[in-house]
Parts: sequence; C-alpha cells; structure tokens
Amino acid sequence: MNRLDFHTKIAALQQLDKTKTVQHRIGICCGAGCISSGSEEILKKLESEVQQRGLSEKVEVIPTGCMGPCNHGPLLKHLDQHTIYQKVNCTNITSILQQHVIEQTLIEDQLLFSDSRTNAHADYRADPFFKKQCKIALRNCGKINPESIEAYLLQDGYKALDKALFEYTPEEIIGEIKHSRLRGRGGAGYPTGIKWETVYKYVNNEKYVICNGDEGDPGAFMDRSILEGDPFSVLEGITIAAYAVGASKGYAYIRGEYPLAIKRFESALKQARKWGLLGNQILGSSFHFDLEVRIGAGAFVCGEETALIASIEGKRGTPKPRPPFPAQSGLWGKPTLINNVETFAAIVPIVLKGGEWYSEIGTAKSAGTKVFALAGKVNYAGLIEVPMGTSLREIVFEIGGGMQNQASFKAAQTGGPSGGCIPIEFLDVKMDYESLLSLGSIMGSGGLIIMDEHSDMVDVARFFMEFCMDESCGKCVPCRVGTKMMHDLLQKICINKGTNKDLERLEELALYVKETSLCGLGASAPNPLLSTLRHFRSEYETRIHPSQDTVQDKNQSG
Amino acid sequence: MNNTLSTTDPRTKLISSKLKKEAYKADALIEVLHTAQNIYGYLPIPVLAYISKSLHLPPSRVYATVSFYHFFSLKPKGEHTCLVCTGTACYVKGAQQILEKIEQVFHLKPGETSKDNKLGIQVARCVGACGLAPVVVLDDEVQGNIVSEEFTQTMKEKMGLL
Repeated sequence: MNRLDFHTKIAALQQLDKTKTVQHRIGICCGAGCISSGSEEILKKLESEVQQRGLSEKVEVIPTGCMGPCNHGPLLKHLDQHTIYQKVNCTNITSILQQHVIEQTLIEDQLLFSDSRTNAHADYRADPFFKKQCKIALRNCGKINPESIEAYLLQDGYKALDKALFEYTPEEIIGEIKHSRLRGRGGAGYPTGIKWETVYKYVNNEKYVICNGDEGDPGAFMDRSILEGDPFSVLEGITIAAYAVGASKGYAYIRGEYPLAIKRFESALKQARKWGLLGNQILGSSFHFDLEVRIGAGAFVCGEETALIASIEGKRGTPKPRPPFPAQSGLWGKPTLINNVETFAAIVPIVLKGGEWYSEIGTAKSAGTKVFALAGKVNYAGLIEVPMGTSLREIVFEIGGGMQNQASFKAAQTGGPSGGCIPIEFLDVKMDYESLLSLGSIMGSGGLIIMDEHSDMVDVARFFMEFCMDESCGKCVPCRVGTKMMHDLLQKICINKGTNKDLERLEELALYVKETSLCGLGASAPNPLLSTLRHFRSEYETRIHPSQDTVQDKNQSG
Repeated sequence: MNNTLSTTDPRTKLISSKLKKEAYKADALIEVLHTAQNIYGYLPIPVLAYISKSLHLPPSRVYATVSFYHFFSLKPKGEHTCLVCTGTACYVKGAQQILEKIEQVFHLKPGETSKDNKLGIQVARCVGACGLAPVVVLDDEVQGNIVSEEFTQTMKEKMGLL
C-alpha cells in the first residue's frame, strides 16, 4: 500500500466511525490483572446482554488494556462519560447496563474507590489517583481495543511513522529525539537520542533494532501492561527507530512469563503487515523493515543488553564486556539499537508533538514521564504514569491513597534487585534519575514497592540478594561468588547469629562486587544491601550480639 | 536410555516441522526448545538429542542452554501445577506464608512434585500481576489476593482432591 492509499483508507475509517450510532462505548479492562479476576467472562456476558436487549446500535463493548487501579478490578469504564465501576462481576454487570447505560443513573456505591473514599468521583479523571498522572506512554492503555489496528489508527496511529518517513530525514528524527531529552526507561537512563545517533553513524548494510521486553525485575509490570494494552504504539516506535538508525530487521524479546503480551504483540505484527506498515516498501517508501518476536526463557540477566543479544542468538544469556557496545557490534556482530518497551512507547508522541513539547515535561535532567508499577502496602496499587520529578509522597499518599490498614510508611523500594530502599525521611524525594541515585537507589525500570512497619529490612536485603545469587549467570567470579557470600552473611544476621565482623565483611564484599563485576547485574547486586545499611543500619545492629564476636574469636583461636 | 525418538510419533512431527520452519538454524535453538516444552510439558533427554542432531549443535551446547534458563525443565511437571509468585510485591504481602501453608498441607516444597505426580509446586520470580499480590498461578490461571488458609482449600477443590 502506498501513502495515498493509506490516507484514503484512514479517511474511510474515520468516516465510518463518524456514522456510527453508538452512544455508549463500554470498556472492560482486559489487562493481565483484571483477566485473572474474570474480566473476559464479564466481557462475554456484557456482549451477549447487549445483543439480547437489542442495544447493539447504541452500545459498543470494547476489551481494553490496563486502566490503572489493578487491585480494584475487574474494572468497567464508560469511555464517553469517563465513569469507572470497580469490582464488576457477571451478576452486577447487568444492573450496570440497565441503570447506568439505559436509565442513565449513577450507581454510586459501585464507583471506583467508592468503598474507601467518601466522595467517589463519577468522572474518574477528577480522582486524585488520576489527577496527578500524565499519560504519554500509557496514552491508549485502557482506552482502546489493543487487538485492533483500526482502533489504533483512529487514535492518530501510524501518523508519526507517516510523518517520519515522508517529512523527516533520519538525522531530523534523531534530532527530535535528542531534543526531547528522552532517556532509556529500562533503568540506566542513557539518552535515547545519543544511542540512536551512535547506531546511525556506524556504516553497515545490516543493522538491527531490538525491543527489550524482558521485564525481569520482580515487582515490575510496566512493560507487560504497555505490550498488552497498546502493542501498536510500541511497534510504531520500533519502526520509526529502525528508519532513523537504518535497520531493516528487528526483534522484540518478550518474557516467556507474559503469554498475553506475546499474543497481543504478535497479533499487532500480523495486522501491521496486512496494512503494509511492516515489511517491504512501507507506505510505498524505500524503507523495508520487519520484526520477529523472541520469547524469553526466564533469566533475569537477559535484561542486560549483551546477554539479551546472546539469548536471541540462541545461546546461554551471559553478558560480554563492553566496549564494544551493541551500537557498534551487537547482534551477529552488527550495529544494534536496544531500547526498552516504555522508551519505544514514548517515541510516537515525541515525533507527533515534537521534542520540545516532551522536554518541557519533568525535570531539568530527567525529561518526560515515567510509568511506575505501584504495589505493596498502599491502598490503590496499580499502573501509574507521572511526570518525572513527582515526589514519592505524592505517589504514595495522593495517587496511592496512603498506606493500607492505616499502617505507617516505612520504605519504598525502587529499581528491584538493582535498586534500594528509600526511608520515610526522604518521602519528599523527587522521582527522577539523579535524586534517586543520590539516595543510593536507582530509578530502575519502574517497580515501586511500598513497605510498612511490618517489613524487616534485613530480610528485604536478604530477599534481593537471594534473587541476585540465583540469577547470577556465573560468568564472572565477583558476582557468582560474591552474591553467594553476601547472601550467606545476610542469612546469618537474619537468624541473629551475625557478628560485627560479618557486618564489616559484608560492607567490604559489597564494594568489591560493585566495583569488579562484569555486568550491571553484579555491579548493582549490592545496592539493596548498601541502601538498607545506609538508611536502616540500626536494624542490622540490633540483630548482632557482641557476645557472638567473642564466641567466634574463641573458636578461631581455639 | 533409549535416545531415539519415534518418527511416527505426532509429537516428533511437530518438532520437526518447527525445525524446518526455522530452517535448521542454530540460533533458533531457544525457539525450538520452547516448542518442544510446549508439546511434552518438559524436555526429555531423547528430545534434546534429536534437536541437537537436527541443528548440528553439540549436545553439551543444547544441555547448557536448557540448564541455563529457568523456563526449561528436564523433569516432568505434575498434572496440576501451583506456581507461587515470590516477586517483591508478593514477598511483602506474604508469599512465604503461602509456601509454608502449602508445605504444611501437601508436604511439598518448591520444585517438588507429589509421588503420584498429581501436584507440582513451583515458584516464580514475578508474574507481573503485582497489583493483586500475593499471587498464585494455579494451572495457568492467575489467582490474586490470596489468603493462605483459604487457598489450600481452593487448591484441593480445583484438583478434585475434595
């Protein structure tokens, strides 16, 4: 299909949409969380109910991606009136249809957050959970059917690719991305535009683009939700990236634990090929690009780019020393661009609205928005997207609705096994790359676990160290042996058998492992330990009995 | 051990068609292993030998890859699988208590399968349904907001043990 045909088809699609008589578009959240609470069954029930009552011309039922407040699901959203009902089931769905849709009366006691707020809002956008958010990467999540390219096209889908191919040179696109100051959302925060430029500059007739969807951090589900809720926007972002850097082949590496994300992304690939938006001569231009899905096989280290490349090549996912960086020598030794799912999801809005617009959101050094998977002991857990620089306090107490069971906030864990814990004294920390780093934590990919007074911080450190010990690929000694030694020492302290010497040894080891490991996994594995030691040292010390030191000394000398 | 696969076994045919689709390229190893595990539920040694031969890869390379990734299993899983998520959100909300309760009721630890092969207990790093923590995946069905006491009862019901 050439560009003109594409425009004609889009116009026809828009015309058809205008002539629709539908007054009520009802979205049922079919994100992984709501599906596990039975939303697919509810969707079917609502569809058949609408049909039986002869309402098909007035009411359209739409399966959507994640709407956000996951622990209140299954969720139903009136997409035109912006009303969300929580904890929908196969029984109350008929009364919602009857009362809200037909009789047009609000069912107040089933509104989102009606069980916990005195003033639940009929328009969800007025609720503090949503008010503080700014959805860019998640702009279509929970609003459109993720399995329909037509639905995506009606939301200005593929307008950015069209613009990129015909109005911009690759250099200009890279310029826009650089101007936007977008940084990699996978964790390290490397400037995306510079990464693209580096790959672009290497002259090679074979280059690759890889989308990193191996979301291995425990407590993180941002990439999963984006792939499930808006796969086309990721795909369009990847395609634009491929055009900009000069790649004709790409891979999307998605975790095997995310079957729904894989299914929806594959369905997106098929539909895009059908529309000529993937494959040869995209939109009649001279640009060719195709993409394959690679299913991850469960190795945390594969989130590291060189390990991920090894895995795509069908090998054990062990990292390689850098340089050479993948931008120079990546997949099969060719220049390769690797970006995270969320990074790609931000590309389309940047191309459409310009780098300037994006760079004005967020803070001076961290532009734009960040998606967080808010979970743990907060009242409203779920998927959120906020401007960079939003304070932790705002996220926990305004968006998250405060602590569960009126418990007191103890710490927030960011960055998963590579990150750290932020204590209550720093509740006002701005969530951006630099501020989190200054507290000994990292932004990471966006997992944000809130802990209350019941969490034992030494055990939290042990938990993450156990994770890193298991996930260490074994290639380099500091990580393979160091994580094991640190874990054993932490275990010893956890059961009140630790000594002051153990604590000293732990700190020493942490430093060695951090400085000498081959890849990011080892280099960041001591972070949870170091940050809990920094902010919760007293918890370690109360576990240590000086008497143990004397016992050990005696044993050693004896 | 008999290391050859029957060529008339429909399962062998499924694997060989996958191999053909991937043009017998060595880099398709992980893809082929995924297919094989989907078919058999685990990766029997004769299947690995067959794949190694077809892709012209040394058996050590195939075995090394299989043993590297958590997703691949060399042992058959139970008829029913109970996968307890031990991700951070689930950990904070009591995944350990669920595992303890399971061990108390079914006498099985993570990684173990009951003698009659009816039930296998596994742990997952994170299933990405953190908003519903703690989470257990029972026979591919995600169950959220688990209360450990009630849950072992649900398990028994689901498995027809009640």
